[in-house]
Amino acid sequence: MAEALAELFAGDANAWRAALLAGRATVRAAVDAVLARLERCERGPGALNAVLAVDAAGARRRADALDADRAAGRVPGPLFGVPVALKANLCAEGLPTSCGSRLLADWCAPYTATAVQRLVDAGAVPVATGNMDEFGMGSSGENSAFGPTRNPWDPGRTPGGSSSGPAALVAAGLVPLALGSDTGGSVRQPAAFCGIAGFKPTYGRVSRHGLVAYGSSLDQVAPLARSVRDLELCLSVLSGADERDATTLPEPPVVPELADEHMTLDGVRVGVCPELLEGEGLDPAVRARVEAAVDRLVELGARRVAVRLPSAAHAVATYYVVAAAEASSNLARFDGVRYGRREGGERSLQEMIAATREAGFGEEVKRRILLGTYVLSRGHAEAWYVQALRVRRRLRDELDAAFEQCDVLVAPTAPTPAFALGEHVRDPLAMYRADALTVPASLAGVPALSVPCGFVDGPAGPLPVGMQVLAPALADARALRVGRLYEEASPWRDRRPPWALPDEVPA
Amino acid sequence: MSAPGGWEAVVGLEVHCQLRTATKLFCGCRNAFGEPPNTLCCEVCTGQPGALPVLNREALALAVRAALALDGEVAGRSEFDRKNYFYCDLPKGYQITQLAHPFCPGARVELPSGEQVRLTRIHLEEDAGKAVHDRGARTLVDLNRAGVPLIEIVSEPDLAGADEAHAYLTELKAILQYAGVSDCDMEKGSLRCDVNVSVRRPGEPLRTKVELKNLNSFSNVKAAIEHEIARQVAAYEAGDPAGFPVQETRGWDDRARTSRPQRGKEDADDYRYFPEPDLPPVEVSAELVERQRGFVPELPAARRRRYVAAFGLSEYDAGVLTASRDVSDFFERAVQLAGEPKEVANWVTNDVLRLVADPDLPHADLGELPLRPGDVADLVRLVAARRVSKSAGRRVLRGVVERGARVEDVVRDLGLEQVDDADAIEAWCRAVLAERPDVVADVRAGKRKAVGALIGAVMQASGGSADPGRVRATLERLIDAGA
Ligand SMILES: [Zn+2]
Repeated sequence: MAEALAELFAGDANAWRAALLAGRATVRAAVDAVLARLERCERGPGALNAVLAVDAAGARRRADALDADRAAGRVPGPLFGVPVALKANLCAEGLPTSCGSRLLADWCAPYTATAVQRLVDAGAVPVATGNMDEFGMGSSGENSAFGPTRNPWDPGRTPGGSSSGPAALVAAGLVPLALGSDTGGSVRQPAAFCGIAGFKPTYGRVSRHGLVAYGSSLDQVAPLARSVRDLELCLSVLSGADERDATTLPEPPVVPELADEHMTLDGVRVGVCPELLEGEGLDPAVRARVEAAVDRLVELGARRVAVRLPSAAHAVATYYVVAAAEASSNLARFDGVRYGRREGGERSLQEMIAATREAGFGEEVKRRILLGTYVLSRGHAEAWYVQALRVRRRLRDELDAAFEQCDVLVAPTAPTPAFALGEHVRDPLAMYRADALTVPASLAGVPALSVPCGFVDGPAGPLPVGMQVLAPALADARALRVGRLYEEASPWRDRRPPWALPDEVPA
Repeated sequence: MSAPGGWEAVVGLEVHCQLRTATKLFCGCRNAFGEPPNTLCCEVCTGQPGALPVLNREALALAVRAALALDGEVAGRSEFDRKNYFYCDLPKGYQITQLAHPFCPGARVELPSGEQVRLTRIHLEEDAGKAVHDRGARTLVDLNRAGVPLIEIVSEPDLAGADEAHAYLTELKAILQYAGVSDCDMEKGSLRCDVNVSVRRPGEPLRTKVELKNLNSFSNVKAAIEHEIARQVAAYEAGDPAGFPVQETRGWDDRARTSRPQRGKEDADDYRYFPEPDLPPVEVSAELVERQRGFVPELPAARRRRYVAAFGLSEYDAGVLTASRDVSDFFERAVQLAGEPKEVANWVTNDVLRLVADPDLPHADLGELPLRPGDVADLVRLVAARRVSKSAGRRVLRGVVERGARVEDVVRDLGLEQVDDADAIEAWCRAVLAERPDVVADVRAGKRKAVGALIGAVMQASGGSADPGRVRATLERLIDAGA
C-alpha cells in the first residue's frame, strides 16, 4: 500500500487515475495520504506556505463517493480520483475564497465555479486552496496577505505568481494537478519558475463563472500539472461553452490532438521573434535554454521561422493600463456592505467604504486601483485607456500576421529564472517587467503553454527555465501537441525539486 | 410658449422605465414588486465575487419593441458599458448600461397636438437596489430591484414648457403601456423621470440648463418645470449675473412646492465609463425586429384618429378613451357588442371612468373593476329599448360594480326597470303636484320650464324607474286639467 501511494506521488495525473483504476489503492486511501502530506508540508523550516485552506471532510466524502461509484460499476470520469488544489480566487463549496486578501479572509462563496464543478463532475477531488498574490495582482506571491509562498527548488526564491501556491504544490509533488488563473501570465510564469507545465487557454475557452475577477477581458482559468498530457486531459474537461459566462466561446471542448503516438513535428513551422527572444532584461542563460529547445524542435522535424512583433515592446505598459482599469471597477464591490471585511460600519457610508478598503486591501492592490481609476478618469482616458486599447488591437493584428507565417510561436516564459524573495518588492516596475513575455498572449487572447525547457545554475542549486508555446486563437490543441512532443523528447519532466516533507530525506 | 415676457423655455426629459419581464436583466431572479426585502436575489444581482452577467433575451426583445412603438431605429449591434460609482444600493460598484452604442440611436413621439418630440436615444440598463434611510441611524438595503431591466428614454430639448412635457409623458406612458413593455406606474417606481430646463430669448443659443430630480408624479413634473422656468426668468430679469442660473441638479420638494440645489457642476461624478468586458456586443437580428414589430399594437395616436373618423367622436373624447389601453380596449369591445359608439363612449367617459376613480371603491384600475364591456353593451341596449332611463343607467353600473352582478339582475333587484304603468305614474304625479302648489302656479302663469322641477321630483319618487317622457306628458295633462 505504502509503495502504491509512493508511486502515485511520483507520477502525473494520468498515471494517478490509471493506478486507482487498476485498484492499486482506493481513492479514500490516496486522498488520506494527500491530506496527511498537505498538513506536514506546512511544518518546519521548509514550510512552503502554499496552502491557505484544506477541506479534509469534503475531500474524504468525495473520495468515499468515488469508491462507492466504482464499486457500483459506474463509469469512472476522466479525472477519477485525481486530487486538485484550487487557487484561492475560485469559488468552491466547502473552501473559503479569500483571494489572498484580508478583505475576503473568511469569505465562503455561496456557489461553485463552473470550472471547479466540471473537475468535480469528472471525478476530481478538490483538497485545498493555494496561496496567491492578492486578487491575482503580482508575479511573486509576495502580495499575499497571508505571506509569501516558497519555491520548492530554492526556499529563498519565489515560486512566481500570482498562482504561487498551486504551482508550488504541484512542483513539490503534493498534488498532481491544480487550477489557477492566468491574467497576464499568472499560471505560465509560476509554472516556469517551479519547473512544471501550465497552460492559458484561448480567452473564452473556459468559463470564468466563479473566478473572482481581476482583469475581466484577460482572465482565464488555467491548469497547472506535471505533464502536458495532464493539461490536455484537464482542458478537455474544463473547456466548452457555459450559459453563465457570456464570453465563453461556442466551440466544443478541446480534444487532445495527440491520439497517435507516432505523430511528429514534421513540417511544423516554429516562429521565433527577436522582440521576445532578444529583449532587454532577458537573462542570457534563459535565452540559451530556449534556443536549445528550439534546436531540439527542429531536430524533431519542425522548421524555424523568423517573425516580428514590433508592438511587443509596448505590451507591459498596455497590459498594466487595461488590467488596472478593469480591476479598479471589478474591485469596487468590496465596499463592506454585503460581504467580507467591514470597517467603520458606525460611520457614514463613504467613510465605511474608505475605511474598509484602506484596511482590507494590500499595497499592490491599492496601487493598481489608483492606476486604473486614473487611466479611466475624465481627461485622461483618451491618453491612457483608449490608447491602450489601440495598442492591444495592433498587437493582436501583429500576432495574427505572425501566425500566417508560423504554426506556433516559441518564446521564453519569463526573462529570468525564479528571483529571490524580496528582490523586486521595492520596485514595482521591475516586477511588472518580469511579465513582458507572457502579457502579449494575454492581450491577444491566444492560447499559450509553458513547459520546462532546462535548468540554469542558481546559488542554491539548479533553477528551472520555462518555454512558452503560443498558438493562434482556438488552436489550443496545437500548442499543447507541440509542447507535449517536445516534453516527451526531453529529460526535464522527470527532474524533481530537492524540497521534501520534514520527515523525509530529500531526493 | 409657457415662459412669460418674451422668454422661451427649453425642456428635455430623461425617462427610466422598468421592463415587464419575468426575470431580471442579467440573472434568473424574478422581476417583481412588493415582495419581502432581499428575497429576489442571487449571486449575480447581489454582486458576489466571481459572478457574471448574462443578458436576458426577453428584456432585449421588449426593449426592441419599445423602440419600434416609439418609431425608433434599432441598431443591429450595440454594446454595454460600465458606469462606475459607489453607493450602498449598487452591489457591483458599477451599473451596466449603454453609453457609446445604445440599442436605439433615435426615435420620436407624436403628441396629440401633432407636435413631434425627437428622442435622442433609448438604451438598456439595470436598475439599482433600494436604500431605506428612515430606520433611525441605520440604512437598510433591499436588492430585489437590483438588476431589474430598465430602458432610459432621452428626449431632445424639444419641449416648450410644462404643459408640453406633461403631454409628452402622458403619450409616452400610453405608448409603452399599449406595447405591453411596462406598467409605467410612477407610484411603484416603474416609471421615473428627470427633467432638464433652460430658458432663452427666441433665436438665442441655449443657455445654462438645470436638472430637476425627485419628481414622483406627472403633476410634480409639471409643477417643477413651471417653478423652474419662473425661477430662471426671474433670475435673468433681475439682471445680476451673480444670480443667474448655474449648471446644477436641483431636487423638487413637493410639500414646499419649491426646488433646492442638490449638487453643482463641480461635484458632478466622474463615472469612468468603459466597455463592459463581461458581455459581448449585443446582436439584434432582423428576425427579432420583425417579430417584435408584429407585437406592436395599434397605438393611441392611430386609435384617436380612428375614433374621430370612424365613430364620429370628439377629439377630446377620443383622447380620454385612448389614454390607457385598458379603457380603450374596454370601449372597443363594448362597441363591438352594442354598436352605438357614441352612446358607449358617453357611458365609458362619464360613468365607467368615474367608477374607476371613485375613492370609495376598492378597485385601483379598470382591470380590477367587476365590470365587463358586455355590461355597458347591455345597458346601452336597455336604454335604447327605453327599458331603463339614462339616470337609472348610472345606478345600474354602480350596482354592477358594488354587487358584482350582471345588468339584468341589478335592474330587477333594484326595481330600475322603466315604469310604463299609467296609473302608477299618475299617482306619483298627483302626489308631487299636491306637494308643490307654488310650482304648479308658476307653470300656469306661463313658466312652462318650471315643469322640469316637477319631473325631477317625480323621477325621484319613482326611484328613477318612470319614463321621463310619460311623466312630462302626465304632469302637463294634470296641470292643464286643473288638477
Ligand atoms: Zn439575481
